[in-house]
Amino acid sequence: MLALDRVSKTYRVGLLGGQELRAVRDVSFDLHAGEVVSLIGESGSGKSTIGKMILRLLAVNGGSIALDDVDVSGLRGSELRAYYRRVQGVFQDPYSSCNPIFKVDHLFSVLRDVYFPGLGEAEWRQRQTASLEAVNLEPGQVLHKYPHQLSGGQLQRLLIARALILETEFLVADEIISMLDASTRIDVLNLLGDLKVSGLGILFITHDLSLGNYISERTVILRQGRIVEMGATAKVFGNPLHPYTKMLLASVPHLHDRWGKEGEVAAAWAAAAAAAASEPCLYHAAFPAGSERPGVARPALATIEPDHLVGCCRADGEGAC
Amino acid sequence: MSGPTPVEAFPAAGPSRAAPADESVSRRREILYFALRGRKVVVATAVLVALALVAIVGPILRPGDPNAFVGPLGAPPSEEYWFGTTTFGQDVFAQFAHGLTATFVVGLLGGGVAAIIGMAVGFIAGYRGGVIDEVLNMLTNVVLVIPTLAMLIVVTAYLQARGLVLEAAFIGLTSWPWAARAIRAQTFSLKSREFVDLARISGVSSLRVVFREIAPNMSSYLFMTFILMFGGAILIAASLDFIGLGPTEGTSLGLMMYNAVAWSALQLEMWWWFIPPGIGITAIVGALYVMNVGLDEIFNPRLRES
Amino acid sequence: MSLQVTDLRVYYRTLAGDVKALDGVTFDVADGEIMGLAGESGCGKSTLGNSLIRIDGRMKYVAGRVVLDGVELPIEDTDAMNRFRYHDISIIPQYAMSALNPTRKIGKMVAELVESRRRSFRELEGELERRLLLVGLSPDVLDRYPIELSGGMKQRMVMVVSTLLNPSLLIADEITSALDVSSQRAVAQTLVEFRDRSFVDSMIVVTHDVSILYQIADTLTVMYAGKLAEKAPTDVMMEAPLHPYTRLLISSLPEIGVRFEEQRLSGIPGSPPSLLNPPAGCRFRDRCPLAFAKCAEEPPFVEVEPGHAVACWKAS
Repeated sequence: MLALDRVSKTYRVGLLGGQELRAVRDVSFDLHAGEVVSLIGESGSGKSTIGKMILRLLAVNGGSIALDDVDVSGLRGSELRAYYRRVQGVFQDPYSSCNPIFKVDHLFSVLRDVYFPGLGEAEWRQRQTASLEAVNLEPGQVLHKYPHQLSGGQLQRLLIARALILETEFLVADEIISMLDASTRIDVLNLLGDLKVSGLGILFITHDLSLGNYISERTVILRQGRIVEMGATAKVFGNPLHPYTKMLLASVPHLHDRWGKEGEVAAAWAAAAAAAASEPCLYHAAFPAGSERPGVARPALATIEPDHLVGCCRADGEGAC
Repeated sequence: MSGPTPVEAFPAAGPSRAAPADESVSRRREILYFALRGRKVVVATAVLVALALVAIVGPILRPGDPNAFVGPLGAPPSEEYWFGTTTFGQDVFAQFAHGLTATFVVGLLGGGVAAIIGMAVGFIAGYRGGVIDEVLNMLTNVVLVIPTLAMLIVVTAYLQARGLVLEAAFIGLTSWPWAARAIRAQTFSLKSREFVDLARISGVSSLRVVFREIAPNMSSYLFMTFILMFGGAILIAASLDFIGLGPTEGTSLGLMMYNAVAWSALQLEMWWWFIPPGIGITAIVGALYVMNVGLDEIFNPRLRES
Repeated sequence: MSLQVTDLRVYYRTLAGDVKALDGVTFDVADGEIMGLAGESGCGKSTLGNSLIRIDGRMKYVAGRVVLDGVELPIEDTDAMNRFRYHDISIIPQYAMSALNPTRKIGKMVAELVESRRRSFRELEGELERRLLLVGLSPDVLDRYPIELSGGMKQRMVMVVSTLLNPSLLIADEITSALDVSSQRAVAQTLVEFRDRSFVDSMIVVTHDVSILYQIADTLTVMYAGKLAEKAPTDVMMEAPLHPYTRLLISSLPEIGVRFEEQRLSGIPGSPPSLLNPPAGCRFRDRCPLAFAKCAEEPPFVEVEPGHAVACWKAS
């Protein structure tokens, strides 16, 4: 199990690093084998930062990330390599993920040098073929090509195969289909679904709610670095509690269901903001101001029903609302 | 003098990359196509090859000490002495041929040292970032600001005999900052590409990431940087020689010009003494810079006219 | 306004030959119509949108006529097209947000643009402010630099600027793709608003996102591999599409409520053909589940019922 506990990431910006930019604040959730957790947020929400922290590409400033109760931030050398055997990532731009001057088999040969140095040629080929077939690619058709000669969908599947060859247990999929065409997206998405069924745990980072709804068991909604709502996908989408979640769901263009005509666009935005302000804050209903106990940190989210948590409704979540 | 423009990854031909491209021309073929059509590169290479041939063949035709007194004093070009003789009866052509060799050696050595140091500093600063980057930046700026001429005068005051190697080393150790800056910038931009992240999560060590993933992607940039260092080193060496701070033995094109001016070749109308070395230096350095521009056009598709 | 495009062909020049990005496209846009132009990458929709206003160095005009309000547009001649741009036909290009010059205040940029079209900025200032308020921007945004605005705000700014001179036809090229979900809705609804208030007569909205088009477009045109596949009123297109590609495309869109375990969506296997040497006959043939012998001959784009045209032997 991959566990994030009160993870934070703060950047120092401004002249002489005087100001702080809190990209991720107090984020906690778990990822288990055989499930997909969607991490949904808009740009600037910190979702990619969380993915990179899990992959040890960025350092964690506060809180911890643990794999099977072992903190990952202290890992070095061979321990780090062992970690990468179990946790892998696929990124957004398939063409940027592959070194353009090498053929795509370079992706695999790098892994072979690091993880399978003693493996015989025939055995290696067998492994390669198996992982490519698991993503519906034919080795003979793709391995000898350069990245620009393959389509985005093929490259993303190749990159997933790369993770599979390591027999990885957890996959961080950071917006992996947003650069693909509609018809290819579904193929890659279905592939993730099949891998989930065979035991892979996937953190599906996306800004697209309908994709998250399609593929995931649990959903985490992220806004400006903090979680505003989290829980079973059916509950979060079926009964959204946080005004931000409601706003996101209302903005998604549905098929077979038209947006209402609300007159002037400016007025519509003002009305939406006013509506959000008048609803009671469910988080502060559970943790009223003044109920903090000294020395005990208040949890970031309040549990409203089993497997459905929500945060404060205020935009920045600071103080009382 | 501006450096080579940062190289972009090969942009897809036409409007889409979605279709598997049986039509796409591989990158190498495209480069070859433009390389052969780019007149700049072809002409520049021809000039350099011609001069290199003189530098190789010349000393064989005229072996021995080029500074020996062999001929009539101050004689114009003739059948025996193709470039005539100096005031002291030295064979100008022999000096020219040996001088060319020396000039090429200084360029290679000095340029090579500058390129290597520049690459080391540039890669480390660009890849690591943070404190290391700050420290290396400060080092780069300090070396950049040091008055090299003053330093050289001090050094020559202490050393009675100076050779070519010392001159090349000195040039290399003082001209690397430019290369370091350029390489750092390019490394910085490549580091943020996702294939570097992917290499990192493949358990590849930092050193290997730099050498096996990043550097090959900037190979054209590194090549052009070396060419600029090469040309720069020759120019600096010629200038140093010309003002008398060059090697104390042997000969080079710059030294020839130094001697020519010192012994009033201009006033005595001994054009054969100073024109060949002058043209030689101009030709080499000019050809190298033109080649750089031509290579830039080849490697960076954006600069080509459609 | 009315637009008639007849057999438009625009190719791209490359080292390996001509990429036939737009290979014979014929359609009309009526007055007040918002036409959605959808398709996957490489289908030619961006080429179509861009070629109507400017054919740049890489593109090559090969054939076809474009008639706007009874006047034939000289699209192959960039200079001659100059007098039509912004007045009669305008575009919000892809990545317009990053096209705002970061070193210029926005108000200054607008003033320069308007003056270059030989209109007085002073005259238009009042209208400009009214429109900014309409899209939810305060007029003091004119005093700011582009970097101070968010993505959605910049996009709305660019929309106002592109339509300030009330063009007959507006082309919007992937204007919602780079935006967050919350801004997408505002921007899409703003487009409709502009049409309803007659700032613009008609629009061609180019995007790969069919669900946005369902919300705002009157008619939908689907392109595939450089040719038109189907054109129909939006409701008809969603309820009863005729072209196999359209059907597969629509069924591959995951809606909220559809889950992997319950209903597995299917994509379209294979990929679009190379446009360097496109295959003869119907270009969708290799991936089409309904392909048969006649598909070796290219199907014409014909109207099968009023307002509904398809290029498919099975449908017509």
